Amino acid sequence: MTPATVIVGASVGGVRTAQALRSAGYEGEITLVGGEDVLPYDRPPLSKGLLAGTATAESVTLLTEEDARDLGVRLVLGRAARRLDTGGGFVELEDGERLRYDDVVIATGSRAQPSPWGDPPGVHYVRTLDDATALRKELRRGGPLVIIGAGFIGAEVAATARQLGVAEVTLVDSAPVPMSRAIDPATAARLGEMHRQHGVAARFGIQIAAIEQVTGGLAVRLADGAVLLAATVVVGIGAIPNDEWLASSGLATGGGLRCDERCRAYGAPRVHGVGDIARWHHAGHGTLVRAEHWTNAVEQAAYVAADISHPGEQGPYQPVEYVWTDQYETKIQITGQTGAGLSQVTVERPESPRSFAVLYAARTGKLAGAVTVSWPQAAIAARRAITAGRPMEEVHAVITSPRRARQATA
Amino acid sequence: MPIVRADLSLCQGYANCVAAADDTFDIDDDGLVALLRANFPESDRARIETAARACPVSALSVGDE
Repeated sequence: MTPATVIVGASVGGVRTAQALRSAGYEGEITLVGGEDVLPYDRPPLSKGLLAGTATAESVTLLTEEDARDLGVRLVLGRAARRLDTGGGFVELEDGERLRYDDVVIATGSRAQPSPWGDPPGVHYVRTLDDATALRKELRRGGPLVIIGAGFIGAEVAATARQLGVAEVTLVDSAPVPMSRAIDPATAARLGEMHRQHGVAARFGIQIAAIEQVTGGLAVRLADGAVLLAATVVVGIGAIPNDEWLASSGLATGGGLRCDERCRAYGAPRVHGVGDIARWHHAGHGTLVRAEHWTNAVEQAAYVAADISHPGEQGPYQPVEYVWTDQYETKIQITGQTGAGLSQVTVERPESPRSFAVLYAARTGKLAGAVTVSWPQAAIAARRAITAGRPMEEVHAVITSPRRARQATA
Repeated sequence: MPIVRADLSLCQGYANCVAAADDTFDIDDDGLVALLRANFPESDRARIETAARACPVSALSVGDE
């Protein structure tokens, strides 16, 4: 029988897996299943270009019907998977159709963490194309806009709203700085200033007490008693992996699908995890990790596709983390480890006052991570240095040298 | 022979291509992609296609000439 791969989840992880399988020479059947009744689309523009109107539903499409035909991929859209039977080797869709597989790729992603303060009309999330389209309509009416959560999504929505001319934008977060999960406090505080400089009222380090419906809109009540009146509220407080449908499969789930260092589900080596859903053993970190970032989904898709088409030929999947965010005219790139317990140095970019890099070193002196602000050359130098295990001091010297000999890090 | 093309009007310097294939892509002084080579051997096709698909703004395309 022709081998068959079923890919469950048609966002970037699922689409890239299908494409990478064909690139790797896989000749079996490929079925790509998406729960939404819309062509697969890319999510990073949802909080930026799509809100701003510079991107459209068409421009964010990842795979057209024609692309799927050319690749020899059966596209099943608008019917979510409801059950995985690893013993029987099939995926069951919500209408009962069963898709037989030899390999199955779990790429069902994550969904927005719901608002614990309720979500009356006027409260928005930014997770799906429909979400972004609906929010764009509201933003075009003006404001005021209150954004709860100053992570990547919240910070990007704030920047886009200001760019669209929304006059009153307030960004609220219980942490004292924005992007606190990804960036150390001092650097994050510096980036928080960027919002204030662009006319956003930043209310960091304060809890939300309630979201209430009032005449003419919404009221966001803060723990200190302040009340923010809003026409629109955006809640961007994280994501939850969509792993509930795997509950009856017997696989280890909870906070994502548990996978080994090759992204194969524990106990079911022909079940592979890709993207936000995968909690895999990162051999380099020695622990289970889950990444909610575009680049990881794409790299993991390529890895898993190679593992399906040429099993056992690759070492463990242990990527160097990479995520970016675009806010105002600033590009922030984060790579590797940037958390607590590392020594760090801030490097101002020569002759470029708004650009800088923060380099993080492990105890060994090796570069562990970097945050760069509008300095792509430093970002890629850092990424390569982390991969190669080079010392922080060397990267520091390279990125600030007048000739900036990139070859030195090659 | 396979060829890779870069659309500099789309490139934003994310550098995923460099991370995936630094024998073919680099970032120049303007922070944009620089092709170290345009043509590449057939044996590199899968790897260069992977690098192109890692571009967040689809600035890279692989074709034949």
